[in-house]
Amino acid sequence: MNAVLLAVLIVPVLGILAVAAGAWAGNRRLGAVLGTVFAGVGLFAAVALGFDHSGRPWTRITEEWVPQLKLSFDIGVDGVSYPLVLLSAFLTFLCCLYTAWKGTERGDALIALLLATNVGMLGVFVSYNLVLFFVFFEIVLLPMFAIIAGWGGPARRRAAVKFALYTLLGSLLLLVGIFVIVTQAGTGDILALTESGGGGLSRGTQLLAFTLLALGLAIKAPLWPLHSWLPDAHTEAPTVGSVILAGVLLKMGTYGLIRVAVGVAPEGARQAAPTLAVLAVVAILVAGLVCLAQTELKRLIAYSSVGHMGFVLLGIATLTQAGLTAALIGNVAHGLITGLLFFLAGSVKDRAHTGELARLGGLREVAPGLSGMLGFAAIASLGLPGLAGFWGEAFAVYAAIQRDQTLWTVLAVLAAIGAALAAAYLLRMLRLVTHGPPGEAVAGMSGTGLRAVEVTSFVPLAAGALVVGLLPFVVQAPIGEAVSGILQAI
Amino acid sequence: MVQSIDHVALLPAYLAAGTAVLVLLADLFLARRAVTLAAAALGTVATAAGALWVSSLGERETFCLEGGCSFVADGTGALVAVVFSVLTLGVVGLSWPALRDPEGPPTGEYLFLLACSLTGGVVLAYARDLITIIVALETLTLPLYALVGLRRKSVASAESAVNLLVVSVISSAVTLMGAALLYAVTGAVHLDELRRDLGGPTTDAVATHDPGAIDLPLTSVAVMLVLVGIAFKIAAVPFHAWAPGTYDGAPLPIAAYLSTASKLGGVFALLLIAVGGLRPALDRSGVLLAAIAVATMFVGNLAALRQTRMVRLLAFSSIAQAGYILAPLGAFAMAAGREEDAITAAVAATLAYTVFYVVLELAAFAVVIAVRGSAQGGLISDYAGLARRSPVLAGAFVLALIGLAGLPPGMAGLFAKVTVVDALLEGEAVWLAVVVAVNAVIGLVYYVRVAGVLVRAGEGAVAPGPRVPWPVALTLGAATVAGVVVGFAPQLVLGAAGG
Repeated sequence: MNAVLLAVLIVPVLGILAVAAGAWAGNRRLGAVLGTVFAGVGLFAAVALGFDHSGRPWTRITEEWVPQLKLSFDIGVDGVSYPLVLLSAFLTFLCCLYTAWKGTERGDALIALLLATNVGMLGVFVSYNLVLFFVFFEIVLLPMFAIIAGWGGPARRRAAVKFALYTLLGSLLLLVGIFVIVTQAGTGDILALTESGGGGLSRGTQLLAFTLLALGLAIKAPLWPLHSWLPDAHTEAPTVGSVILAGVLLKMGTYGLIRVAVGVAPEGARQAAPTLAVLAVVAILVAGLVCLAQTELKRLIAYSSVGHMGFVLLGIATLTQAGLTAALIGNVAHGLITGLLFFLAGSVKDRAHTGELARLGGLREVAPGLSGMLGFAAIASLGLPGLAGFWGEAFAVYAAIQRDQTLWTVLAVLAAIGAALAAAYLLRMLRLVTHGPPGEAVAGMSGTGLRAVEVTSFVPLAAGALVVGLLPFVVQAPIGEAVSGILQAI
Repeated sequence: MVQSIDHVALLPAYLAAGTAVLVLLADLFLARRAVTLAAAALGTVATAAGALWVSSLGERETFCLEGGCSFVADGTGALVAVVFSVLTLGVVGLSWPALRDPEGPPTGEYLFLLACSLTGGVVLAYARDLITIIVALETLTLPLYALVGLRRKSVASAESAVNLLVVSVISSAVTLMGAALLYAVTGAVHLDELRRDLGGPTTDAVATHDPGAIDLPLTSVAVMLVLVGIAFKIAAVPFHAWAPGTYDGAPLPIAAYLSTASKLGGVFALLLIAVGGLRPALDRSGVLLAAIAVATMFVGNLAALRQTRMVRLLAFSSIAQAGYILAPLGAFAMAAGREEDAITAAVAATLAYTVFYVVLELAAFAVVIAVRGSAQGGLISDYAGLARRSPVLAGAFVLALIGLAGLPPGMAGLFAKVTVVDALLEGEAVWLAVVVAVNAVIGLVYYVRVAGVLVRAGEGAVAPGPRVPWPVALTLGAATVAGVVVGFAPQLVLGAAGG
């Protein structure tokens, strides 16, 4: 399986080269198609990676790289990372397909940047070395910056710079945290550090390291009050940019918290958990209230991400089997559902040329197909049982109650109220967008039917949300086993 | 007393000085620009090869007294000498457009002075006593006053030369004062002896000093004076004000030399003296170095945000980079930073960062020269639309700038920052590591702004010539390839710096 694992990382790089070759030959269309084909091959490799999961980890490659910095090329997959590897390859393929098919201007360059982002994201998920994790974490920054700055909305430059600065601050705090661990423990091997419960580091060191790591990763996730880059970036980014941002990029933060922060500084995590949980619940409530007052479609979906990631962070903060599993399922569910929501918002904005809720309305009469998909995605997002959103959020609340302490019970109740808020704002959004008489922007829409490219992008995501919702054990089984490995040290 | 002199150890210095003589003779008798340039290039290559060959023979010492040796050809010295020679070779390549310009500097004098400066750098690499270090540093700097002022018919050029002269002379005087005070306290000039004498009572019969030399207030003053004087050469805050004007007024290749080779010289002299000779005083110099590093990073980055001229931006960015270079040494302010392992890590990190930095900086200047030819750097907005007209040049520029910002795909810069953070945490200076992180974020703003100007649609005033002259293209290509190679194999640099 080692060859397949390498292929997962290398195929997107080859795709970038193919795009470059296309531009060199003066045929940008060919470059875009080739890039998409490589994204498809990458997805195929990612699927194949899951066939053999007998080992623990399933597969692993270790090569010495820079011994002076304790950096080795140490990659592998297990139950914690595999769902995210799959999600990343899947969403990247859909976004490349969407871009190539729609014939976006300079689409080949956009596809190359999507593939570069994908290399970084996949690398983060498969790294078993702390320094390597950081290197891949950094790779994502500039391609995503370029996607927002090059293809975004009217205020794109500002939003892109804000995104880049926040993210870089986060990743550099992460770097400091990583080297607090690496210099003290003398190794960058994440699995070894997890097994030894933090490499025998003192409580103080672990708390310092966890605080730095959690701060850095919380900016990415994002955790309230460090989230303020996210609404701007999501609103200004092009559709595919928003999909990748919400679908995968945020998960680098939550995945990092589980794998790196909790994994290598468990004692620090134990001490900081209540703080993290309180902030997570504040994020859920604040995001819910802000969403109730939002007037722009993409901004609303962006803020809803802050709330959903709040549930994921609450799950992580419980530090229990149920909580961590819920967090990882919530990650995947949010990736599928919010990816779908952003695709839909992009389609609405393409047709109506506005995202202002006040100017939309009556979509179900003018464009019933689009309206129906939006309804499905909104209901999935509010956590209806039977759809993907339910499991992560319900079990995060369950895990908090399970802790059986006053603080955690109060937090669980508040989080449940936050879930109700989510239902309220999503239904409000549906009422404003789909119901009522057609708004001025909707009435003048052209091309009301769903296009083939849209159906091709939406249906797999909707199907994914349904599968994870109805058969949660598909995701839960591999995750659960891997999570217990991380928790043994605590 | 008769000394035996090991001429083999001195070979790199002979070769560097020989380059200067060769260039002068070539210019005198043949007076052909191409021949003189070839002589300079050949000489620098020979110097680098000589330094490598000598280092392969193992450590050699010469000019030894009982207190220690003045000239030691060790691995670190070889690394610095080779980097000096290669940088000079690069600057020779970059000088092609300036020298071909009839308004430009005279070829023979220009290359002779450059080779003289190289000689100072090579001697500095192997110097191990205060006097030799200061003389070498002066030999490195003196020709630069003239080089900066060599642009004919340019008031800015003359003005920046005078600026540099005045500031540099004052700083040398300050360093010399410090060295004199150290001699007064210890009676030693050799770094080894200085370290022993300051370290406390010794059984060495030669030592005639007071056992408590390290505790004398005079020692602290001397340490401060020596280090502050050298901080001028690195353009560290608060002694940075000469740099932007001088860079902007000088011929572009000389600005490149000032921000790479000259800075390397200052950094290495600082390392030799602060860590080699004055190690017992690290508790004091550490605090000073930490303060200088923090101020340099902040001032350089914040001032760079406001620049509109390309070379001034690069100048302030190089000031900020000097802050990152000094940052690992700031760990000496912490008790944990003065343990043997942490000191080794900090020195290696400073050297490694300097090497990563000079490669990227040379590449950035090479692009500016490729675009501007013998003209000055111009406004940043002049570079708008470069990505459309010349994607290769724009790509190389972006790669260098992003590397200086410390982000992928500029992997060399990324590993440079990682190395600094690693060394700082080895010395448990978490706060300083966070300061480095915050500064890297500020730095990204202006590096990305320049990169954005390059890809922005629009017609800047800069129209790159039909062809980039081959020596410039070669230098740019070599610097970019070197940047990519050390980016993916940083262990090469880290190994050499740590050895």
